[in-house]
Amino acid sequence: MPLLDRNGLAEDPFTRVETTDIEGLGPVIVPWAHHEAALARRGDNQPVGVEIPNTVSVAELRPVLDRFALVAVQFPSFADGRGFSLARQIRREGFAGTLRAAGPLIADQFADALNCGFDQVEIPEDLASRQPPEHWRRALAAISSIYQRGYGEGASILDQRRAARLREASDGR
Amino acid sequence: MAAPKRPPLPVILLANDLLDGDVVFHTGRGWSRDPADAAVARDDAAAAALEAVAEAEMAANRVIDAYVVDVELAADGRPVPRHYRERFKTLGPSHRPDLGKQAEFARK
Amino acid sequence: MYRYDEFDERFVRERVAQFRDQVARRLEGALTEEEFRPLRLKNGLYLQLHAYMLRIAIPYGTLSSRQMRQLAMIADRWDRGYGHFTTRQNIQFNWPKLRDVPDILDALADVEMHCIQTSGNCIRNVTADHFAGVAADEVEDPRPTAELIRQWSSLHPEFVWLPRKFKIAVTGAAHDRAAIRVHDIGLRILRHPETREIGYEVIVGGGLGRTPMIGKVIRDFLPKEELLAYLEAIMRVYNLEGRRDNKFKARVKILVHEIGTEEFIRRVEEEYARLDGPSINADPEEVARIAAYFAPPPYETLPVRSHQLSVQRGLDPAFARWVDTNTFPHRVAGYAAVTISLKPVGRAPGDITSDQMRVVADLADRYSFGEIRATHSQNLVLAHVRQDDLHGLWQALGEADLASANVGLVTDIIACPGLDYCALATARSIPIAQAISRRFQDPARQREIGPLQIKISGCINACGHHHVGHIGILGLEKKGIENYQITLGGDATETAALGERLGPGIDADQVPDAIERIVGVYLRERTEGEEFIATVRRIGLEPFKRAFEAQGAGELADAAA
Ligand code: HEM
Ligand code: SF4
Repeated sequence: MPLLDRNGLAEDPFTRVETTDIEGLGPVIVPWAHHEAALARRGDNQPVGVEIPNTVSVAELRPVLDRFALVAVQFPSFADGRGFSLARQIRREGFAGTLRAAGPLIADQFADALNCGFDQVEIPEDLASRQPPEHWRRALAAISSIYQRGYGEGASILDQRRAARLREASDGR
Repeated sequence: MAAPKRPPLPVILLANDLLDGDVVFHTGRGWSRDPADAAVARDDAAAAALEAVAEAEMAANRVIDAYVVDVELAADGRPVPRHYRERFKTLGPSHRPDLGKQAEFARK
Repeated sequence: MYRYDEFDERFVRERVAQFRDQVARRLEGALTEEEFRPLRLKNGLYLQLHAYMLRIAIPYGTLSSRQMRQLAMIADRWDRGYGHFTTRQNIQFNWPKLRDVPDILDALADVEMHCIQTSGNCIRNVTADHFAGVAADEVEDPRPTAELIRQWSSLHPEFVWLPRKFKIAVTGAAHDRAAIRVHDIGLRILRHPETREIGYEVIVGGGLGRTPMIGKVIRDFLPKEELLAYLEAIMRVYNLEGRRDNKFKARVKILVHEIGTEEFIRRVEEEYARLDGPSINADPEEVARIAAYFAPPPYETLPVRSHQLSVQRGLDPAFARWVDTNTFPHRVAGYAAVTISLKPVGRAPGDITSDQMRVVADLADRYSFGEIRATHSQNLVLAHVRQDDLHGLWQALGEADLASANVGLVTDIIACPGLDYCALATARSIPIAQAISRRFQDPARQREIGPLQIKISGCINACGHHHVGHIGILGLEKKGIENYQITLGGDATETAALGERLGPGIDADQVPDAIERIVGVYLRERTEGEEFIATVRRIGLEPFKRAFEAQGAGELADAAA
């Protein structure tokens, strides 16, 4: 299914597998239900990702998080925003791998997803055909700064104001 | 797929225009803003045809919230929705006779 | 008043352009209606019965005369020459066209206004005490807090796809005019009993609607500077754990109720402990920057009591009555806060014409530093009027049919739009309000009855706050006919209570008689100086129920005869 990151359409090096026989398969994404067995059988340096329902808590993830190269959080519907909070919590745990939002998200949620800590979104084909990468690019650029501190890479409006205040203070001296 | 629940006959099809929001009525050929123009479906086949129109027109992004409602026929043959909610859609706000269809399509 | 800086300005303009693009993508089919609906709702655009409806935010109810004139312009140019003030300090236009909405949003942005998050499953327009900065019983002005929350909640990346809508209200006074106990989060500004430091009492899980509940205190004292981080913790717990299987159980009040207040507190505090507060909270300079906009206007030094006012009162009894009902004491000597009633007899509560908007704007400039406020009882306030000017103001208001002397009285009715506009309604509300107001129109009788709040909703969603009306009226449908349930004893203030049903539902034309009977019991039973709600509390529902049933029986007898 189509994968988008902040640069547009992206290649997906991972394969989804339903079995726990993952040795020799290269980078794979396994369902949460099988993650323990899959981890037990992974090959040396084989990147393993896990796909989790948005009802898995960060407390359940915590003990295994650093063993995954990728975590895909399911979005059962674009209107179900649990994944955004989960992403924040996963990043707060120090997870440095790839964080993917998987499900029928819409272009207008792209910026929110990235700001909450996702690296990429994986959307169904039919949605991608209605909403081409150009729409995602436009939606991402729609709002140049947000108020909230600590979300995303750009400085928040609060931080920009602070910087302006500091500049003024030093100019004034 | 099971047939969706349909109100008793006869029925008309109404919706809101996507761009304007205005209530519109299907005439059998297209949409009219005047409730008197609504095509009345008196049998199942005609009602099913209106329902098919509703689906197609919503899919074509011309209207939203399209559905059929059951009507009575007034003395002059005009369809009048049986339920008061839908009746208001053919009229306008009850405390503002100067607004809505009741003002626009007032008949002597 | 708060003024946009370059960042706010750019943010709102970009938001308009974003919506314009969303509309274009909807029309070309890139967005389905199902996908577009929440996007338009988050921009205040509903589909009602007859047309779209646009809900414009009036953050914490404060409006400048310039903004009011722009609303009048919008009403004339793109709507039908009037607007409707709601119980949530918003204004709604009932006839906008989708094709025009982006232009309307641009016109709003021209005067630093927007429709961001006035609907949808997100944090809604933050409301506050409409006498903020005026009331004598105030610990601190709640508006800077509300403005900080407005900014923080606008397009929050994490909290715009919540299980359900989320409403926050702030008060800084001892007497609660912001109904903080019936909001998802209510904040009361207070001083720490020992340190005297400023902070918040945090209340969560109140709400009306289908399952009315009074909020629970989850923090007795939250230091002021920790506000945003603590809100983030609450919102995260709710976003992750609020129910999404049933829209009627999705509000935070249900979560608090189901897991219990203790457990809810535990989860919030656990999340809060893991947060890095300082990286989230606004720095004190930012808080001070916002607060500076709410500095008091340049008041004159005046005597405590205006001699002119006493003379004019004596000469003109109608004026004196208006002063008694429609003014509120101001903490500055020689000033008064004036409520402009949008409830003239027989009119739709909260409706205002574009001409009246311009009159109010002009009078605000002339008499009240250009500032106007919207109240949750669907009236307007000019907050800083010299007592010497009251007579002139009253006369000018009278010419525009805006001088009804009924604030807080039986005809100052709150009513939602009901089935005259609203697609969700089960019955009409406005004609019921009109009928009651005509029945009780005699000013002497209204004053004789005294303070009494009637609140009407056209369906169980309770936009008219009927649960917390002294008398509540809920419109339902029974066998294809509009039917009305009457409740008694509700209260939206710091003594918050939910009304109880008096008996079976009644027909529309019986409502004025029912109210008449309820009032009759009160007039008979009250003690010297006792207000309606106090009598209800003292004598209980029984006497009222008996009168209500007697009416039902009387009508049966009439029908049989
Ligand atoms: C006409 C279009 C409107 C629609 C479609 C609408 C929709 C709704 C819905 C669905 C609810 C129920 C929420 C729940 O489940 O808790 C609700 C509640 C509410 N609405 Fe509206 N509303 C409309 C107009 C208004 C107006 C005009 C007002 C103010 C006069 C208002 C203020 C409120 C308030 C205060 C609640 C109270 C319940 C609560 O938050 O606890 N709404 N609205
Ligand atoms: S209470 Fe019901 S009828 Fe009234 S505005 Fe709200 S949703 Fe509509």
